[in-house]
Amino acid sequence: MMLAGLARRRFVRYEVVVMCSLCGILGSNEHWADAVARPGVFTRNTERVDRRRERANRVRIAGRILTEFGMTLSDWQGSSFLLSTRTGKTEMVEDLGHLWPLAEKISGRVCDPLSHSLIEKLEGGGDA
Amino acid sequence: MPDAFPDFTPVNLLTGFLGSGKTTLLRRLLHDPALSDTAVLINEFGEVGLDHHLLERIDDTMVLLQSGCVCCTIRGELAQAMRDLQSKRERGIVPPFRRLIMESTGLADPFPVLSTLKSDPVLRHHFKAANVITTLDAVNGLVQLETHGESVRQAAIADVIVLTKTDLADEPAIARLIERMRRINPDAPFVDAQGDHFDVDHLLSGASVSGEGAPSKGGFYCEEPVCAIGEAGSAHQKPVHSFVMTIDARIDWTAFGLWLTMLLNRHGDKVLRVKGILNIEGEDNPVAIHGVQHLVHTPVHMTGWPSDDRRSRIVFIVEGLDADLIRRSFSAFNRLGLPQPAVKITETA
Repeated sequence: MMLAGLARRRFVRYEVVVMCSLCGILGSNEHWADAVARPGVFTRNTERVDRRRERANRVRIAGRILTEFGMTLSDWQGSSFLLSTRTGKTEMVEDLGHLWPLAEKISGRVCDPLSHSLIEKLEGGGDA
Repeated sequence: MPDAFPDFTPVNLLTGFLGSGKTTLLRRLLHDPALSDTAVLINEFGEVGLDHHLLERIDDTMVLLQSGCVCCTIRGELAQAMRDLQSKRERGIVPPFRRLIMESTGLADPFPVLSTLKSDPVLRHHFKAANVITTLDAVNGLVQLETHGESVRQAAIADVIVLTKTDLADEPAIARLIERMRRINPDAPFVDAQGDHFDVDHLLSGASVSGEGAPSKGGFYCEEPVCAIGEAGSAHQKPVHSFVMTIDARIDWTAFGLWLTMLLNRHGDKVLRVKGILNIEGEDNPVAIHGVQHLVHTPVHMTGWPSDDRRSRIVFIVEGLDADLIRRSFSAFNRLGLPQPAVKITETA
């Protein structure tokens, strides 16, 4: 009885660490903007439709910002994103925690939200 | 059968500058019956002097006290010490503690400790950050804040500040220290270690780094406009500022996520703390966010607004960053996600 309880607990505790059968990547740390739905936590991961809408919005708004650095973002199978430069360099991005370091790496540019030129361009309004 | 210990054990971080009274506070906590279901990670057994309170020595690094509290020293890596503690709890070698208090060294920047809790592949499934308690010496605290960047960082990150040695300092000096602290960390409550109302339970369960717990009275986190601090500090210290952004328009969650992750990626080491209550577009109840440098805790969906004021408020404590630029940047990003033409921010710096 106790052993069964222990086994159940271990399963529950480690279920977050799973391996993706497609790419072989170990499930990693939960990013705050993609929190797993649980009581008390704010997330847009609760309903499928919310999740899809959030991903579409993310692609749209991130795309507007990334345009200023010569990059694009697109959805990849509803689970990750593809970040690409105009020259075709492409990286898979798991969440927002990885987006900006990768964007700086593949573009070779500093992606600074406090940059005057970026703010002025975004304040210019509208789509790029 | 209910679990013997919670799925995520809260971890209280006890920090404070060298000589600020951390060890004295710990010694007091360890003897308190309120810590009977608590494990404590300390730097050195010798400093705390546990000999008279030992019930059982579990091994070289771990002892059980008469109060029921498990006390361990950190030898080598912090993560390894915590894993060892977790392993012993699961195997029943130590009592099933429900809370962990961790002492940081006097010169340590507290951020790496919080980061370990979030990033370690084992620990992040068992522990969660609770509040950060910072001891502040009423006699020497002001000088330490002026001359040591570590002291300012420890003060900025605090959820609760324990004033120590208040019996040795005069009232005007304490008032000056509190005034200075208010400008670094506008909302952390003060607790007098020598006071009659010192309550261990209250100290450990107060508002936390993960955004849980009670907001400050009369509103949320920060009521008053806060001005800059640090210009009078030593030459090598960058000024630490705190400021509050009060945002009238609703916030687009997607744009906010992109903005904050981009800001922290580039300037995370200078954002000592970001903490706020957000009125998110499409949500009835507010969302609390809380970050320390590069680390942002899971957003908390609050059960209601603390007052009739429905405006979003975000408190920043930053080192050498331009508050106006942060404000403008936020406004420009938020505009990308919202249908209305511009976001009005009434703000104070």
